[in-house]
Amino acid sequence: MKARLSLTSIVLLLAMFFAGTAMAVKPDEMLADPALEARARALSEGLRCMVCQNQSIDESDADLARDLRILVRQRLVAGDTDQQVMDYVVSRYGEFVLLKPRFDLRNALLWGTPVLLLLVGGAFIALGARSRRTLATKALSADEQAALDAILHRD
Amino acid sequence: MVETGHFALVLAFALSLVQTIVPLFGARLNNQRLMAVGGPVAITGFALTALSFAALASAYANSDFSVASVWENSHSLQPLIYKITGTWGNHEGSMLLWVLILTFFGALVAAFGSNLPATLRANVLAVQGVIGAAFFLFILATSNPFVRLNPAPIEGRDLNPILQDLGLAIHPPLLYLGYVGFSICFSFSVAALIEGRIDASWARWVRPWTLVAWMFLTGGIAMGSYWAYYELGWGGFWFWDPVENASFMPWLAGTALLHSAIVMEKRSALKIWTLLLAILTFSLSLLGTFLVRSGVLTSVHAFATDPTRGVFILCILTLFIGGSLALFALRASRLTAGGLFHPISREGALVLNNLFLTTATATVLVGTLYPLALEALTGGKISVGAPFFDLTFGPLMLPLLVLVPFGPLLAWKRGDVFAASQRLMAAFASALAAMLVTGLFIDGASVFAALGIGLAVWLVAGALTDLAVKSGAGSVAPAVMFRRFAGLPRSVFGTALAHFGLGLTLLGIVATLSFGTEKILTMRAGETVELSGHTLRFVGLYPAQGPNYSEDRGRFELIGVSGSPVGEISSAKRFYPVRQTTTTESGIKTLGLSQLYVSLGDEGKDGSVVVRLWWKPLVTLIWGGGLVMMAGAAMSLMDRRLRVGTPSRRRKQASVVTPAGLP
Repeated sequence: MKARLSLTSIVLLLAMFFAGTAMAVKPDEMLADPALEARARALSEGLRCMVCQNQSIDESDADLARDLRILVRQRLVAGDTDQQVMDYVVSRYGEFVLLKPRFDLRNALLWGTPVLLLLVGGAFIALGARSRRTLATKALSADEQAALDAILHRD
Repeated sequence: MVETGHFALVLAFALSLVQTIVPLFGARLNNQRLMAVGGPVAITGFALTALSFAALASAYANSDFSVASVWENSHSLQPLIYKITGTWGNHEGSMLLWVLILTFFGALVAAFGSNLPATLRANVLAVQGVIGAAFFLFILATSNPFVRLNPAPIEGRDLNPILQDLGLAIHPPLLYLGYVGFSICFSFSVAALIEGRIDASWARWVRPWTLVAWMFLTGGIAMGSYWAYYELGWGGFWFWDPVENASFMPWLAGTALLHSAIVMEKRSALKIWTLLLAILTFSLSLLGTFLVRSGVLTSVHAFATDPTRGVFILCILTLFIGGSLALFALRASRLTAGGLFHPISREGALVLNNLFLTTATATVLVGTLYPLALEALTGGKISVGAPFFDLTFGPLMLPLLVLVPFGPLLAWKRGDVFAASQRLMAAFASALAAMLVTGLFIDGASVFAALGIGLAVWLVAGALTDLAVKSGAGSVAPAVMFRRFAGLPRSVFGTALAHFGLGLTLLGIVATLSFGTEKILTMRAGETVELSGHTLRFVGLYPAQGPNYSEDRGRFELIGVSGSPVGEISSAKRFYPVRQTTTTESGIKTLGLSQLYVSLGDEGKDGSVVVRLWWKPLVTLIWGGGLVMMAGAAMSLMDRRLRVGTPSRRRKQASVVTPAGLP
């Protein structure tokens, strides 16, 4: 009874941010080099704040998100490539931290569904259209033709 | 009063059972008197639910803390408006609002359904009744809002401060009107399956309900998006959050339904598909209710904290989705497919629309549920966030949006793409010009920006082209053209407006994401900052006292070209002592269609404060486009053929009733 579920989409969403005192990226975290900082921001948008619901560390106020943001920046300053930073974070926190799931067998159904459905649906429609067309233009049978001729030449 | 409400709720449950059983048997036995029971019972059921809801609302308004729900979600110092909106700012009250709207729609069918065939009307009301019965039982058994406390507490525990906003007054009722509105389409579909008959007058009945539900859902989602935008304090407007997706899926499916229902009404094709889509759309609404209400999304383990509710809704979900799909599988083959058409025709375009929208719906569904399924099956934990949807949903929308302007310009049965393309030359030229201007002068580096702006202009210009072509522009004299324009059916305006609004929303999204700027800095009183040509001066931080909170309000002045202030923005941090919660009140200044957005962060010891500010160009178009889409739906609802009503089927029926074998 205590952990009330909040009302609708937005309500639940809002409720996750109730810690709203601090803000996401703070001035003291930011790197002096604008190019490096831009890379850090881009990477942060793809990393999940582990204690929040579906929020990236770039958006989150949580302390853990701050720690992760600082970690990303440390790795960048140390000279890691973007991929190395991501690999490092995943090695420490697991795949759960990635907001974009990897393309691998385990996620095949996830990534495959849109493509598969589009292909199957498209094929279904194409086949339907073809069968409809053949249905519509099917030639008259001999009996039907005879009946038609009879009607046409009745007078 | 509270007990009256409780009693009315129990009575409404009993009536919903009557509404389910009696008309259903009446239709089966073709007994007019049994069938006629449905109408008055549905209307009385609505009246009782309304009474029950009013009783709860009055308990909230009067801060009657002897009611457990009021005690947990209200406070005597809250402003009256938030006391009242708090009625549905919690689980129990929001479920009561859900059934209130459900019975409201049922009563509408009862009141205005006199031109429906008697058996169809009886079956529709019976299906509405059984949905109502399930949810009344759910409320009474697991989420009763009228549970009392003894002794009554002196003071309540306050409404969640984030909900103490005007958004709560508008967003949930709109969203529920949309969600639950699709129940009518569902009931009509199930009724058609029970009868094993479906025809054009069925589609003519279902389409306005789809339009109404879609209109409210559009408004609900747009309002929710704007609420999140200003309340969360970092200016995002869509998060691909599972709970948002829960409302987005019925919208996508409902949009597909809206379009396939047109084909069914005009050309009596796609019958079976339309029926299935109507079932799926409401199923997604139910799924959304389940995802949000059961807590399965917050954490899979939320079931453990309150298992009865989750399991109960899961049962309702299985019953209705499983039952209706099973009925569909059994009966769909009885329904005859009709209406032949060439692939290149308006029907063909609408089929493509449905293909992309349905695939998009499935993509959102899979993205939302995949982490849950994976964790349940393998224990592996993954996250599916915005980057996934950007990569899948985005590419699916691209061809759909490109095709939108073609649809209304193609003829039914057999269309001419070449002629349509010729008519769209002007729209294409303006889209190309917009892309060039974007690429050359504004942002040469971003393909997304150029493509997105071009596509948005394409949609907007395409909608205008549709109106121009149908008024006969270019082929008739201006006077004739204006007369034709004024004489166009309202549904034509509806289509054009909705597509126009879609273009506006896209323009807002692309402009904000591509050209928006941001600055994060520490400011002291008197300092100024410049962002995208706007200069802001931080005046200072001022403490203030609200009815049930205290706040630190940061005041900013917008400095004009002459150096003197031309406007003020204030952003605050509020503290609500009852719940020990802090919220951020963002400061927003609307300049034309764009907004300057200020949000306050931590205070330093030396009186400095962290300030985050954004320039969000054309951002208001995101929600403005939603309003235009709503206006389109409203316009379409006023169309003559919906106002005049459906032709009666009585004569046809009479011939059906004649026993076979008689001459």
